[in-house]
Amino acid sequence: MKRLTLPVMFVAGLLWNAVSHAALNVLACEPEWGALVMELAGDKASVSVATTPRQDPHRIEARPSLIARARRADLLVCTGAELEIGWLPLLQRESGNAKIQTGRPGWFEAADYAELIEKPDTLDRAMGDVHAAGNPHFLFDPRTLPAVAEALTARLQKIDAANSAHYAARLADFKQRWGAAITRWEQRAAPLKGTPVAVHHKNWSYLILWLGMETVVDLEPKPGVDPSAAHLAEVVKRLEQTPARMVLRANYQSPRPSQWVEQRAGVKAVELPFTIGGSDQAKNLFSLFDDIITRLLEGR
Amino acid sequence: MKRIALAVAACCTAPVWAAGSNSFNPDISLILQGRYLNAKDIEERHVTGFLPAGEHDHGGSRGFSLDHTELTFSANVDHYFRGYANFAIIDEKVEVEEAWFQTLSLDHGFTVKGGRFLSGIGYGNEHHPHAWDFADQNLAYKVLFGTHLIHDGVQARWLAPTATFLEFGVEAARGQFFPGSTAGGDKNGAGAVAAFARIGDDWGDSHSWRAGVSYLHASPKGRESHVEDANDVEAHIDFSGDSRTWIADFVWKWAPDGNSRERNLKLQAEYFQRHESGELECEDNTGETPPGACDGTSSDYSAKQSGLYAQAVYQFMPRWRVGYRHDWLDSGTVDYGANDGMLAHAKYSPTRHSVMLDYSPSEFSRLRLQLAQDKSMRDVTDNQIIVQYVMSIGPHGAHKF
Repeated sequence: MKRLTLPVMFVAGLLWNAVSHAALNVLACEPEWGALVMELAGDKASVSVATTPRQDPHRIEARPSLIARARRADLLVCTGAELEIGWLPLLQRESGNAKIQTGRPGWFEAADYAELIEKPDTLDRAMGDVHAAGNPHFLFDPRTLPAVAEALTARLQKIDAANSAHYAARLADFKQRWGAAITRWEQRAAPLKGTPVAVHHKNWSYLILWLGMETVVDLEPKPGVDPSAAHLAEVVKRLEQTPARMVLRANYQSPRPSQWVEQRAGVKAVELPFTIGGSDQAKNLFSLFDDIITRLLEGR
Repeated sequence: MKRIALAVAACCTAPVWAAGSNSFNPDISLILQGRYLNAKDIEERHVTGFLPAGEHDHGGSRGFSLDHTELTFSANVDHYFRGYANFAIIDEKVEVEEAWFQTLSLDHGFTVKGGRFLSGIGYGNEHHPHAWDFADQNLAYKVLFGTHLIHDGVQARWLAPTATFLEFGVEAARGQFFPGSTAGGDKNGAGAVAAFARIGDDWGDSHSWRAGVSYLHASPKGRESHVEDANDVEAHIDFSGDSRTWIADFVWKWAPDGNSRERNLKLQAEYFQRHESGELECEDNTGETPPGACDGTSSDYSAKQSGLYAQAVYQFMPRWRVGYRHDWLDSGTVDYGANDGMLAHAKYSPTRHSVMLDYSPSEFSRLRLQLAQDKSMRDVTDNQIIVQYVMSIGPHGAHKF
């Protein structure tokens, strides 16, 4: 009898886990979408995030734990624009979950509702890790978010019609707070206008566009290709001709290349949180931008 | 390959459809792989104490050679099915490695696959040669299946609705490939059935693992192979009966904070036991005088054999990986019944040590150097050097864990 107790408890535990969710089960690909769902759904959704802020969302593996989570999801909220192409299609296929298949209401890709920049005219792998749909890191222009929030709310209302009014009210509240925050950020960031910067990877293009900064040079020779010593020497030469004030990198990227450039060219290396949790200060969508602007102003 | 990205002006809440992978055309990908092999000149390569497992073998020739060129097509058929085909092309021959459909909308954790597919048993079986961590297949799979087990049939999988990954699968197939045989597949019903169960999870952000057990039953009929008889000449043998294989597999991956870009480690091991029993007929195959030892006797046959491989692959800096693989087999006990005396069972433990270093300039290209000491044949120590390239062009689907 005793020998049976442990396996029985194990199975019971597994089943309990399976039935103990009453709210909408949402799997967000990145922390920012988890945060947006929490803003828009509040306690009506139970949110799980597939990646941590220290991971590169381009390079995630379809791990067994992620497949298990996709199996139980009612809604998948991801960036799209091929950012998750290396792992999301596998999660969908392996999950045996019809709700989250492409084209179903339980599949939501934010990039479908944003205007993307840097769309390549031609696609050739010799150009590095280019996204056919455009640069997927649009979150860093906060003006793109309201359209995404509206579409996501419509989706939540479709899946969970009973709480439609709840979602509508939260959307109105979020848009009002977000609009006010954008005004505040733009005022604070006014001195950054025209600031020349270097970037590690092309993931700050939207931020630079929004705040009116200027990109002098990329540390990566091609998107997604690690900078070589020879290329960094070129970068330093370039920075001697056209000086920049900062080298921007995301928190998940190796600090070595930007620190190397900092030492050689005297351009300050600034680490920015790439998503919520990417720094101690970036606790939600609002404090993420507060912190980014604070760090930029300090780095200038 | 040039594609034109649809430049669509974005607006408000209407979805903006980007030009995905070739719009409505299937994803087409081509894998180029070739090698240089420096090894001993051995006419009949085999693994001592084990029956040769079919002819489905990748590579093996000395000097420069082209491995199979793989051509892959995949796309969603509609919202119910996904289709996939993989063709292995080599001079004058196209092998259909895989050609299957898979359900997308059965829901409740169920997925059904039908057609020709790589069986879900074990860990490494579903990996195509271009996804291997070494230039050649491990010895365990080599003696079990030749390269890997291919099924013509159906597979049903169910993923439990649990926080821990828990998956069960069953397969019924024609079973014409080793350890089955062409005649064994010719019947109403299945010449091979298989089942597997897997469990997996994460330990914190940095570790993830998967463990599984699998079972395969094949019913070969008149399965032919060539072996050395007691006179040390080639004999033709013919086996009909049951072939049962158990496999236990384990894989564990580590990356600091789950960010595999800088450094990561992958440990992988599989252990198998195979039990074959039935009737074995042994014929002289020399056509010479004096003839070989076999005289066409048909007799009871029973063999219990096992083996394992364990490997570790470590990416110590971006783009560079090193790996070590240990192969070990036990030719176990073989009872030839009345054929005993004509066929001598070689009691032997084939081993092989392999080390590799690979460099991947990008996700789509890889160059590899592999050194191996192969003692899979008794009294032969074959020190091998392999230089290999693997390149992928076109949109290539993500690899499984």
